[in-house]
Amino acid sequence: MSKVKDTWTDQQVETIIGNLLRGGVILAAVVVFIGGVFYLFRYGSAYPDYRIFRGEPTDLRTAHGILADALSFRTRGVIQLGLLLLIATPVARVAFSIFAFLRQGDRTYVVVTLLVLTILLYSLFGGRS
Amino acid sequence: MDILVFTILIWLGSLVAGFLGSLTGLGGGVVIVPLLALVFGVDIRYAIGASLVSVIATSSGAAAAYVKEGFSNIRIGMFLEIATTLGALAGAFWAARLPTSTIAIIFGVILLYSAYLSGRQQRRRQEVDRPDPLATRLKMDGSYPTPHGLEHYHAHSVPSGFGLMFLAGSISGLLGIGSGAVKVLAMDQMMRIPFKVSTTTSNFMIGVTAAASAGVYLNRGYIDPGLAMPVMLGVLIGSLIGTHELVIAKTHRLRIIFIAIILLLAVEMIYNGLTKRI
Repeated sequence: MSKVKDTWTDQQVETIIGNLLRGGVILAAVVVFIGGVFYLFRYGSAYPDYRIFRGEPTDLRTAHGILADALSFRTRGVIQLGLLLLIATPVARVAFSIFAFLRQGDRTYVVVTLLVLTILLYSLFGGRS
Repeated sequence: MDILVFTILIWLGSLVAGFLGSLTGLGGGVVIVPLLALVFGVDIRYAIGASLVSVIATSSGAAAAYVKEGFSNIRIGMFLEIATTLGALAGAFWAARLPTSTIAIIFGVILLYSAYLSGRQQRRRQEVDRPDPLATRLKMDGSYPTPHGLEHYHAHSVPSGFGLMFLAGSISGLLGIGSGAVKVLAMDQMMRIPFKVSTTTSNFMIGVTAAASAGVYLNRGYIDPGLAMPVMLGVLIGSLIGTHELVIAKTHRLRIIFIAIILLLAVEMIYNGLTKRI
């Protein structure tokens, strides 16, 4: 019986994942909103220019740069931090699934999930080309 | 038009897109890129970056509500995510290499096709549901709640479903949309998984697929905080209102209106792509 208690049912895993995703989205939205309010106070009367593509400055392209910008409370950096948290939310879900499949003793899906996580981390940290 | 007005207008547009998208089940992301590119004159690369972010938000936000119902199949989802994330990387790779006018034309064609897929009547198969050896080995068979109790199902045609999922991921990564219609097509029609299971599992997969290409877009400087902020907050709030189904009675008419908007945007995208205006 103790074995049954230790493993999670698929339904339990899905409930935890659902809450994890919702928590991540709410946190990201709050950070984006706070950054957005200050951004509008600061730049609201300037003119937008998205017609010509220039690309973001390098500090808004990497996790390290975004964090540094957000900590020095540069408004665009704070918004970008929220967006980074949002992108990280599904990644956290996949990482958690590895843990859940390990507890269920499902080796096939531990491997499958590790593969998905590797692709995601590659895209976040290595996929510049 | 200064940034304050620009932001508020984009927020309102995204709110309506998110609302109609979740109410009709077609997804709000599909109209965000044409809205930004055609109406607000935003470069399509910034538009795709902002749209991808909003796709992650709606997919993840809705997942919590779906899992309670017990329809989604996490094993099918995770296995097929290998295909969609690899496809997303391929799509993001091509997004940097294709001319923006070509991307606009592909976008228009995909819009037309999703409008066709969603306008089509759902036909129900009456076949013998025999287990498939590969799907059984991958523990993809499952059950879902119906009014008559738990119903068991088997998954089929794993390799072709996997292939179509790679295509769905590529479209998502190239155009910044969830491509839920293609994902549902792969699971419901090809792998013969029940419709309800297919749609909820697809929603689960959309966030992970979009995250894979969003990482590349972020590194490449396509995600602009000032633009993505109103889009993400608008689509998210709009889709949350939409899932509460305040206006169930009028859903059918809204669906027709939304499909008409999609068709119009599709034609505009193709026209602007062909005339090299995008």
